[in-house]
Amino acid sequence: MTANKRLKTLGWYLVLAGLGYLFLFPLLFMIVSSFKPESAIFTDLYSLRAILPVGELTLDNYQGVFDKSRIGHYFLNSLLITGGTVVMGLFVNSLLAFSLSRLEWRGQKLILSAVIALMIIPLEAVVVPMLLLVSQLPSLGWEEGRLVLEGSWMNTRHVQMLPFVANAFFIFLFYQFFRDIPKDFDEAAKLDGASPFQIYRHIIVPMSGPVFATVAILHFMVMWNQYLWPIMAVQSEAARPVMPGIQIFFGRETKWGEIFAYASFITLPVLVVFMIFQKRFVRSLAGAGIKG
Amino acid sequence: MADLQLEGVVKRFGEVQTIHGIDLDVTHGEFVVFVGPSGCGKSTLLRLIAGLEELSEGDIRIGGESVAHLPAAQRGVAMVFQSYALYPHMTVRENMGFGLRMAKFDKAEIDRRVEEAAAILKLEPLLERRPKALSGGQRQRVAIGRTIVRNPKVFLFDEPLSNLDAELRVQMRVEIAKLHAALGNTMVYVTHDQVEAMTMADKIVVLRDGRIEQVGSPLELYLNPVNEFVAGFIGSPRMNFFECRVLDVADDRLRLELPGDERIDMPADATGLRSGDRVTLGIRPEHILEHDRADIRLAIDVEVVEHLGGSTFVYARHIGGDAITLQVGGLSDIQPKDHRRVSFSRQICQLFDGDGRNISPHKVPGELKDEEPGQAATA
Ligand SMILES: Nc1ncnc2c1ncn2[C@@H]1O[C@H](COP(=O)(O)OP(=O)(O)OP(=O)(O)O)[C@@H](O)[C@H]1O
Ligand SMILES: [Mg+2]
Repeated sequence: MTANKRLKTLGWYLVLAGLGYLFLFPLLFMIVSSFKPESAIFTDLYSLRAILPVGELTLDNYQGVFDKSRIGHYFLNSLLITGGTVVMGLFVNSLLAFSLSRLEWRGQKLILSAVIALMIIPLEAVVVPMLLLVSQLPSLGWEEGRLVLEGSWMNTRHVQMLPFVANAFFIFLFYQFFRDIPKDFDEAAKLDGASPFQIYRHIIVPMSGPVFATVAILHFMVMWNQYLWPIMAVQSEAARPVMPGIQIFFGRETKWGEIFAYASFITLPVLVVFMIFQKRFVRSLAGAGIKG
Repeated sequence: MADLQLEGVVKRFGEVQTIHGIDLDVTHGEFVVFVGPSGCGKSTLLRLIAGLEELSEGDIRIGGESVAHLPAAQRGVAMVFQSYALYPHMTVRENMGFGLRMAKFDKAEIDRRVEEAAAILKLEPLLERRPKALSGGQRQRVAIGRTIVRNPKVFLFDEPLSNLDAELRVQMRVEIAKLHAALGNTMVYVTHDQVEAMTMADKIVVLRDGRIEQVGSPLELYLNPVNEFVAGFIGSPRMNFFECRVLDVADDRLRLELPGDERIDMPADATGLRSGDRVTLGIRPEHILEHDRADIRLAIDVEVVEHLGGSTFVYARHIGGDAITLQVGGLSDIQPKDHRRVSFSRQICQLFDGDGRNISPHKVPGELKDEEPGQAATA
């Protein structure tokens, strides 16, 4: 390597490191501040100390969070809602994509165009009609040993799950991946006596690990970060997930340390999930890039 | 007994018809090879038999029973794909057993059959490997093994050897032939390769544009092609063709003028021909002799000579300007830029009328021995 080249490499590293810190800054600030007393957060605010774990460190903020809110309960709700939706979503979205990419049926093209068109409609655009809809939908329930229709979908966990199971973007991701798997596999399996569902289950799914990992991560993040919809559809404590739970800390006496502690705590699962799947995720994104 | 019969088979993709009414009888245990130029419908026909494409018209019978409306898996056929289509996430054992697993065989029976097939194909040491960890030839064997375990009535092969290098091809060709001898099942085999077709087939089916041009044994097609297309397609290097003018017509003879003014008498079915008509004379490269003692002589200018050791290819130009290829046995002393006279027997050449129909007399292998024989009968 010539000196010139080495200088260039060094330059690039500096730029990348700089950008890295820039993006890392809010995260570090949040985590570090969650361990600081309220006063220290503000005195450190305009120096580098803001993102360094220095000075007096304490767990008081976390104590406060657990005392004031039912964060454990919200957390469990979020886990159930997110986990359930992601699992159902992987199945439903990949199955539709399979049917679109590998089977032949009337109206297939139309459905595919509809899926693609749906990708550009944001939640905000449909959220009000959706709310009206779910408020009218009855739930099934047991009463005195009989199946009855009761109440509405409001204030439940399933109202936070079912509307988000099918997702046009994830269907499209699956579709693109499946489309590139040679048809010979399906035909060989068909001759082996496999039904379409068995082809999906035994051939296509096992060959599609990377796209399942990618969609699982993305869907997890979407679901974990749900805010607008739970605020609208859930007023009760019982079904509340973590994100709207942060609201109770904004009041007459806002304590930023506790807000940071709460935020840090609920960010944790996202980081864990990402680290578990990160390798496959990155690989599949890189692969997608090459295929263009 | 699993005869295979195609009756008036037609296939249309939307508006486009690609198979135009095919009738074919294959008797039990026969090895049938489909050949023809790219796009002529070989794969489509095979896939119709397999049940991977739906028939537009006609019927397909296996062992006397119509299978046209049966799903692929119930037809009693198994197919080896050109790409092998081995499931990458399964071991060799799982790949071979997948069909049986789908058919709900119990585990012990699956293992027994897989191991039996693995023994035939010498795959035992590889059973626990994934396809990725196999060589091309091994993958090929697994693909064949996968079909054997299901004990099908009819084996279908779509250009199974085209991804292998030359040496492996020869090896696998022999193995497939052995397998056929051992199992005795009906096999239908699609290939581009002349040598594969000539060496493996009991019966060759020559296809063009979705129609059968000729069906027959390799030797029959070689000696008595029904038309110019089959004559040009079977045999390698390709048959030489010369356009000739008819000078005079008798019942069973034609007097012809070769390009370059040479005049010859040819035995032929001359009905419908008149003097002045054009006919095509065909002679295989391996039937042209280096000397000028046979009865039809040609003067040639040699352009390129290829020594293959066992034989020599000579590419030359005939006085009339047509390109001509010779294949002579052993190491020939012909040199580029030579002017030479070569010759061939009128008994062995073919004559085609204006529509390409073969009008030369039927040839029988034994009879040709009387005349001066050419070199080896097959390329
Ligand atoms: N699914 C399809 N839809 C439309 N046309 C098709 C389809 N499959 C094949 N064809 C057409 O049918 C014709 C025959 O194709 P086929 O694949 O059988 O040819 P082939 O003889 O196997 O050629 P090759 O030697 O190149 O494999 C071609 O003209 C092809 O374009
Ligand atoms: Mg083909």
